[in-house]
Amino acid sequence: MSAFWLLMIILALAAVGFIQGRSRALSSVHGDRRLLHSLPNYYGFNVAMLAFVPAVLVLGAWVIIQPMLISGQVSTLIPSELYEDAGQLNLIMSDVKRVADGLDVAVAQGVMSAEDVSQISTETTDVRGLLGQVGVALGSDVDPSVLKAAQEMRGKTTSGNLFMTIVVVAVAAAGFIAAMMMTRGDFRARNAVEGGVKTLLIGAASIAILTTIGIVLSLIFNTITFFGMFPASDFLFGLTWSPEGRGGSEHLGILPLLWGTIYISIVALLVAVPIGLFAAVYLSEYASRTTRAFAKPLLEVLAGIPTIVYGLFALTVVGPLLVNFFGADGLGWMQGARSVMTAGLVMGIMLIPFVSSLSDDIINAVPQAMRDGSYGLGATQSETVKQVVLPAALPGIVGAILLAASRAIGETMIVVMGAGAAARLNLNPFEAMTTVTAKIVSQLTGDSDFASPEALVAFALGMTLFLLTLGLNVLALYIVRKYREQYE
Amino acid sequence: MNDMTKIERAVEMSNMKISAKDVQVYYADNHAIKDVSVEIEDKTVTAFIGPSGCGKSTFLRCLNRMNDTIDICRVEGEILLDGEDIYDKRVDPVQLRAKVGMVFQKPNPFPKSIYDNIAYGPRIHGLAGNKAELDEIVEKSLRRGAIWDEVKDRLHAPGTGLSGGQQQRLCIARAVATEPEVLLMDEPCSALDPIATAQVEELIDELRQSYSVVIVTHSMQQAARVSQKTAFFHLGSLVEYDDTTKIFTNPEDPRTESYITGRIG
Repeated sequence: MSAFWLLMIILALAAVGFIQGRSRALSSVHGDRRLLHSLPNYYGFNVAMLAFVPAVLVLGAWVIIQPMLISGQVSTLIPSELYEDAGQLNLIMSDVKRVADGLDVAVAQGVMSAEDVSQISTETTDVRGLLGQVGVALGSDVDPSVLKAAQEMRGKTTSGNLFMTIVVVAVAAAGFIAAMMMTRGDFRARNAVEGGVKTLLIGAASIAILTTIGIVLSLIFNTITFFGMFPASDFLFGLTWSPEGRGGSEHLGILPLLWGTIYISIVALLVAVPIGLFAAVYLSEYASRTTRAFAKPLLEVLAGIPTIVYGLFALTVVGPLLVNFFGADGLGWMQGARSVMTAGLVMGIMLIPFVSSLSDDIINAVPQAMRDGSYGLGATQSETVKQVVLPAALPGIVGAILLAASRAIGETMIVVMGAGAAARLNLNPFEAMTTVTAKIVSQLTGDSDFASPEALVAFALGMTLFLLTLGLNVLALYIVRKYREQYE
Repeated sequence: MNDMTKIERAVEMSNMKISAKDVQVYYADNHAIKDVSVEIEDKTVTAFIGPSGCGKSTFLRCLNRMNDTIDICRVEGEILLDGEDIYDKRVDPVQLRAKVGMVFQKPNPFPKSIYDNIAYGPRIHGLAGNKAELDEIVEKSLRRGAIWDEVKDRLHAPGTGLSGGQQQRLCIARAVATEPEVLLMDEPCSALDPIATAQVEELIDELRQSYSVVIVTHSMQQAARVSQKTAFFHLGSLVEYDDTTKIFTNPEDPRTESYITGRIG
């Protein structure tokens, strides 16, 4: 039975449990619901919860673990002459999986019976042709050992699934019965359900945290592997970035990429900070209520545009426009449409809503008493904004800018499309350069071996980027928090 | 005889600082102040008393056009400062507020140093030609605010680090520093303890030497202690306006008497 139907069965059991639990609780007090400890629904939920949750957890764990165990056992059937390393074994095992799935399809379509499947062999049957008939195309003829492994895999999976069905249904039934036994008028069902809800919330929070930890750990381990193959000092202080493929001399110095990242981010912030800040001051201090009501959401729409669209805009509009002025026909500073300026300008536009929206909130948080105090001394609105409101909001605004900066550093699509892919250490902002993020993409989407330094360098780059943005975020949070305490 | 009356009237006129006639204030559709006419004398402390929501703070804020900062607020009628209509189109509210200073209910020092708090107004209005003059203004204002001795050693510490009473005296000193002609105080002692209140009251009495002070207060004892004239507001109308001693000993309107003796409020 498939996991889907099993899930449906548990759900049905839970639904029945809800109704049964509710009516059992009511009948235990002879219909006088005031004698119940909790509302009747809580008894129902308690039964449904105990029937559903443990069974689903078992089901989930089983679905994940069973294929891993089976493929581990089956892989011992593959003769060791067929493969040299783990990578090749993996390829063979995926063949096995494919043949096994193909046989399933064949049985499902009625081309073969279940007995045929366990009896066929490569000597008597053209397995490749047979599977081709049912729509499962294979790259080469099937090796006898692969077929044998596939048959073995099918057998184990079938019995495993059967076993899973029994266990899961048993767990669900046990939960159901246990909960029904508990259901009496004085059972504190409300507290039990509350406990369940709390566990759910804790679970959700831990998944988020564990995922973060997992990502960081995988970055760390792969970075360590990389530094095992490539000297750390060359990576951190190398002035050239030119991965050359397998072997040969290669330069994986991060400095040109870091320079590109920082240069483009600075250009972006130079665009975003003044515009965003002025927009925020206008919206929070000068704009009438009605203007603000439609201008602020409109500005925030900018934040909802996918970055790839900004990239297109950079490539097709901003780049050619800049070339008109600074290219060969104009000032002659610019070779092509892709440059630090192109990407920086467009990224700046992308960041405007971040800066303006956050700053607007922070400026609004400055107490009205401050403004009144200033107006009461005969200050104009702009004097008040410049000398009282902005200084009071400054730490928060700095926090907003740092958050925008960490967005700029992590941005990829605009860079790929607007700044090009050439890693350069250069001061000319009209020169094409590239960033850490863009290089991570190109290193991992290339055809180099995943275990080579050229691919693994992506993890070291990712780690660098992570530390950089983490540092900025921590700094921003620290500043913002310090600011919050000022008025409370 | 006729000449005598004229001279008397001239004397009276010169003594009038602010004269309000038939002032109406609306917050959107809410008629908050109804037909208020008041003559505020120079070098006098005038107290506005009345139950909460009676419009005394609103009326106070009309006197330096602070209500302009509220979109939905509309003021009608005539308010003359030294004979000039402050709601005239030619009057710049910013200039007006430099002449009619204001101290608020809650101490609101800027998140700047004590020195910069005081120097804020003089800098904006260009009252000091150089640093030495500015230093002098700051010291003079802090002395007038009766806080100089407490802060003279830490002029560059943040003003927000002072105690509540000190902050309020700092705000008064800040208002004094722009050399206003009238000082409006909106319940300046409501956030202060009795000792700080006594200090601020003493200060108000001293300020009377040079300014006309208008103070809104909830405390009738305070009105009796610091003011020479008292106005009693009720439900947006001015009920009675007279010498403080008269209001507190022999009020004409029965509503005033009930409020003062604690029967309404």
